[in-house]
Amino acid sequence: MKKLVNHPEAVVREMLEGMVLAHPHIVKQVEGTTVLVRTHAPIQGKVGLVSGGGSGHEPSHAGFVGTGMLDGAVAGEVFTSPTPDQVLEAIKAVNGGKGVLLIIKNYSGDLMNFEMAGELAEAEGIPVRKVIVNDDVAVEDSLYTTGRRGIAGTIFVHKIAGALAESGASLEEVERVANKVIQQVRSMGMALTPCTIPAAGTPGFSIGENEMEIGMGIHGEPGIERIAIAPADDVATTLVNHVLEDMKLTSGDRVAVLINGLGGTPLMELYIVNRKVAALLQDQGIQIHDTYVGEYMTSLEMAGCSVTLLKLDDELTELLDAPAQTIAWKKERRNPSGDTRE
Amino acid sequence: MGIHVNDVKQWLFKTNSRMQEEKAYLTALDQAIGDGDHGINMARGFQEVAIKLEKTAYTDIGSLLQDTGMVLLSKVGGASGPLFGTAFMKAAMVCKGKTEATTADLGAALQEAVNGIKLRGKAEVGSKTMLDVWEPVAQYVQEHAEQLSWSALNDLARLSMEKTKEMEAKKGRAAYLGPRSVGHLDPGSVSTYYLMEALCTTMNRSGEPA
Repeated sequence: MKKLVNHPEAVVREMLEGMVLAHPHIVKQVEGTTVLVRTHAPIQGKVGLVSGGGSGHEPSHAGFVGTGMLDGAVAGEVFTSPTPDQVLEAIKAVNGGKGVLLIIKNYSGDLMNFEMAGELAEAEGIPVRKVIVNDDVAVEDSLYTTGRRGIAGTIFVHKIAGALAESGASLEEVERVANKVIQQVRSMGMALTPCTIPAAGTPGFSIGENEMEIGMGIHGEPGIERIAIAPADDVATTLVNHVLEDMKLTSGDRVAVLINGLGGTPLMELYIVNRKVAALLQDQGIQIHDTYVGEYMTSLEMAGCSVTLLKLDDELTELLDAPAQTIAWKKERRNPSGDTRE
Repeated sequence: MGIHVNDVKQWLFKTNSRMQEEKAYLTALDQAIGDGDHGINMARGFQEVAIKLEKTAYTDIGSLLQDTGMVLLSKVGGASGPLFGTAFMKAAMVCKGKTEATTADLGAALQEAVNGIKLRGKAEVGSKTMLDVWEPVAQYVQEHAEQLSWSALNDLARLSMEKTKEMEAKKGRAAYLGPRSVGHLDPGSVSTYYLMEALCTTMNRSGEPA
């Protein structure tokens, strides 16, 4: 496997250094940590939002640090949850006196490390709440197992909770709206190729030349089925059907659509997928408020994509459309006629 | 025979050697049913533990175990970091102030470690996790504290590890595989076995048959 790296063990540190050098007006590094926060953190009188997880999902999560979204992002080793001491540093760096919300994707490691950090922060007198994103419908939801994984739908939680926090809302309010997004967002992914953790050197799994995995997770976790390679329209249909089956949308409902590339799939193919997704939603009378196509939550160089639908109401629509200035999500205010001014 | 603070140190050095030797194997096990980073993370964590222990003189087993737990917590990452970190920090409380521990102390420390892992990981025995080695080992030591056979303990740890192969994962990333996780060893149980194996080989100096 060929990689453009210096030392496999140094990829996270060197990536973060490069990010800060590219965007010094948006993010800064908390010294001696793998934490990136807003250049002007902490923002006094604002609830701080912290997310994070293993690296290898760029631009998640540091790419969403900035005005209107996150205050801080913690980067673990590749596909490995960051440790509690690092998360604690992030919490302390973004605490502006109104408490901190942790946005956690539902993986055992992330949960334990973020929970321990939250306990340590509370012991230091910082109010901390946590929300757990579990949007992946490829996994059976169950009280007796780890449950559904958090994938690309997490970005909508960052955006909407971030917008509400920016308006000065309380920790409880920001937590409430984050949980509302989590209840209304569903995703499913698929993969054409595996990916290689730099320090491992070999792919974590294999997918045959003529196969694809439907429902695959963002670390290569197995999905629903391994099938023979199929046209983009069929794949889009499968993904949308699984998501809709779980969401029970009805004609007239309004959604935001996110077509997320996993790192090795060109935009061309993502747009081809979106073409079919839009047609399927229109067939069902579902209104598309806005569509995002690109790389938001990747899986190193894995080829594949995920489709995310967020059911909108007036509150979520307004917060989704609110301005944001981050590395990977930039948006000016949308005017009532619907055109976006960049 | 007592467990001296220097034995504990040797135990953890030996554990580190085993993690370095088995780094690729543990990672391969994790690639089969997890996300393929277990060996990398355990090797990094115990390497840091060894560095810390090499440069620190200890007379208190409790503070040695506490430092070990803190290093693992901040250097391993993933789910294993909080779980192994919690286990050592819980065990440290039992051994606080002791330069030499009895096998009864060891049993109590292992039990505390098990309680910590259960609380942190919200798991029970039989879910194809590291608990499937930790718990039987803790129980055996408590039941046989009077006359503990290290080679028998080692055999029990190995058998418990091997039994995870036929289990279906309910917790952790392997749970996504459901029935497809059967037939694979649980990587966390295998690294826990190396930890217990290192303990048994360190302590088994009485000449009893291995």
